[in-house]
Amino acid sequence: MKQVLTGNEAAAIGAKLARAKVISAYPITPQTAIVEKLSEFVANGELEAEFVKVESEHSALSVCLGASATGVRTFTATSSQGLALMSEILYVVSGMRLPIVMTNVNRSLSAPLSIWCDQQDSISVRDSGWVQLYCENNQEILDSVIQAYRVAEEMLLPVMVCFDGYILSHTAEPVDVPNQKEVDGFLPPYKLPHLLDPNKPVTMGPVGVPEYYEEFKCMLQEAMLEARRKLAEVDRAFGKRFGRRYGLIERYRSDDADILLLTMGSLSGTAKELIDWYRKRGERVGLVRVRSFRPFPAKELVKTLGNAKAVAVLEKDISVGWTGALFADIAAAFINVRKKPLLMNFICGLGGRDVSPLQIREAIRAAARAAETGEVKKPVRWLGLREKLVGLKA
Amino acid sequence: MKELSEEELLAPGHRACPGCGEALAIRLALKAVGKDVIIAQATGCMEVVTTPYPETAWRVPWIHAAFENVAAVASGVEAALKVMGKHGIKPIAIAGDGGTADIGLQALSGAIERGHNFLYICTDNEAYMNTGIQRSSTTPYGAWTTTTPVGVVKKGKDRPKKDVPAIIAAHGAPYVATASVSYPTDYIEKVKKAMAIEGPTYVHVHCPCPPGWRFDSDKTIEVARLAVLSCAWILYEVEDGVSKVTFKPPKRRPVADYLKLQGRFRHLTDDEIAEIQRMVDERCRRFGIE
Repeated sequence: MKQVLTGNEAAAIGAKLARAKVISAYPITPQTAIVEKLSEFVANGELEAEFVKVESEHSALSVCLGASATGVRTFTATSSQGLALMSEILYVVSGMRLPIVMTNVNRSLSAPLSIWCDQQDSISVRDSGWVQLYCENNQEILDSVIQAYRVAEEMLLPVMVCFDGYILSHTAEPVDVPNQKEVDGFLPPYKLPHLLDPNKPVTMGPVGVPEYYEEFKCMLQEAMLEARRKLAEVDRAFGKRFGRRYGLIERYRSDDADILLLTMGSLSGTAKELIDWYRKRGERVGLVRVRSFRPFPAKELVKTLGNAKAVAVLEKDISVGWTGALFADIAAAFINVRKKPLLMNFICGLGGRDVSPLQIREAIRAAARAAETGEVKKPVRWLGLREKLVGLKA
Repeated sequence: MKELSEEELLAPGHRACPGCGEALAIRLALKAVGKDVIIAQATGCMEVVTTPYPETAWRVPWIHAAFENVAAVASGVEAALKVMGKHGIKPIAIAGDGGTADIGLQALSGAIERGHNFLYICTDNEAYMNTGIQRSSTTPYGAWTTTTPVGVVKKGKDRPKKDVPAIIAAHGAPYVATASVSYPTDYIEKVKKAMAIEGPTYVHVHCPCPPGWRFDSDKTIEVARLAVLSCAWILYEVEDGVSKVTFKPPKRRPVADYLKLQGRFRHLTDDEIAEIQRMVDERCRRFGIE
């Protein structure tokens, strides 16, 4: 049934349809509406769950950790500072291989304080051993939450479903909401190989001495790499049942493109409009959207980007002191590949700054110029920056 | 004591130091509660010495996540048990003084306020022993630690011990108790009571640490007992807001007798000992102890 939903509502409904049994969260803008909605579901008896209203995000994830290990499906949601506060426990959860699912509503990190969107928060915890999916629209948010539980529980990996603050979280659009029976058919009941059970005592979260620690991390890495296959498999199964598929990456008019944009999240929607405009003029410009940032779909990306002349990587994050995180990853993916496109990085939309079609055009033009001349003079640039304010030449 | 189970649910062979008060506290608590339990433990000595993978000393289900979040982990365990309909199991969170009084106080306060049905045991050895004897907020006044060294200008800790049981009692928890490993019957009864009462309950057990307090490992019980006999550590319980001292020493021993057994107080002058005695006397007055 189609409903007009904000991104936050779509996330909450996803968790409800997945029948999360223990929910624990702490309010933070712009995520708060998710937990308000879930509180309503629980208060109205629409969702049979324990909602543990904790005193911090650190405790929110810790509650999910304890509940997940005891034997129930869990859900939490956060943003920005909240995710940063959780970060210690993110590593514990993946190290303990607990299939917790959370939504992170992307918001910039302080200082200066900003409640507005960029992706620095989740990008900053990319090494924490969580699968990270970035959504383009509200339908994808709902669908990804449901998919996430199946991937998480079959791989014993936690999954973070990320979507842009305000741009998606507070914007309503039509979303096809599957019925409970369909979701139950897709998502089997929660099952873990080991649980905290007095009838079968186990020790969870022990000390990893140097003789074992590295093997644990290697197993996590192997599971994460294997999750690429699992994500694709679950996405296929989801498509069969619900008629919607997303893939690890999305290709938009990319097959014959000379110039490609590489994006993550809601930015892709704006960029696609521009691609259509270029295509109407007969210019071979396309877009590739990374949906699964971790695990990183290097093979698919190399194959898809490999035939382009230049790729402009647009991202709402920066690894301060180097480049954007996605740019660094894509550059690494091409390291041993002979035929590769020229790569350019455009940092944009930090702290909620609007990324306009004009700015995206600027990136496409720069990439086209690089393709023509065969050289990239300045690989990392800022879009929409007020250069004079920071004493830089425009 | 005769009725106490002979089964060891904390298996021998773990790597705690000889004379470890914390290991004794946990061993006795498990004897009191039996097998139908889930333990969540904070980072600290006890977690480290009992679970070097692939070994474990735990014969009951046990989980460890981090240092400051054990009350939240136990909250999650409890919430899951509730939603699964497993009502017969009351989880226990165990943490040292650092994990309780300092870094874990926020999570503990939250869990108590939310009213989860769980028991929290603080095994208090009065410093960060796992990292090598640094002061915590429960380190007593005057004590030497590696971060309250005895120097020329400063000598030992210059602040009194944080009163965590009073903080928990102020939350309105239905049951709060202090205990000592040297009074095992009193301690075990309190643990049993705390497990039987519905809601968040709290037992704070005084656990001497031979290497941290600087005494020989065969003196743990003697040191712990002198803490109680001198009222440096008072045994009491607070049930539904009503406070009751559970053991009044027939004749209070001077606190100097307790302090002099321990190297951590070796530097104290007679005046400083007199000051500590005044602090103990004041506390005794509040508890109605002669």
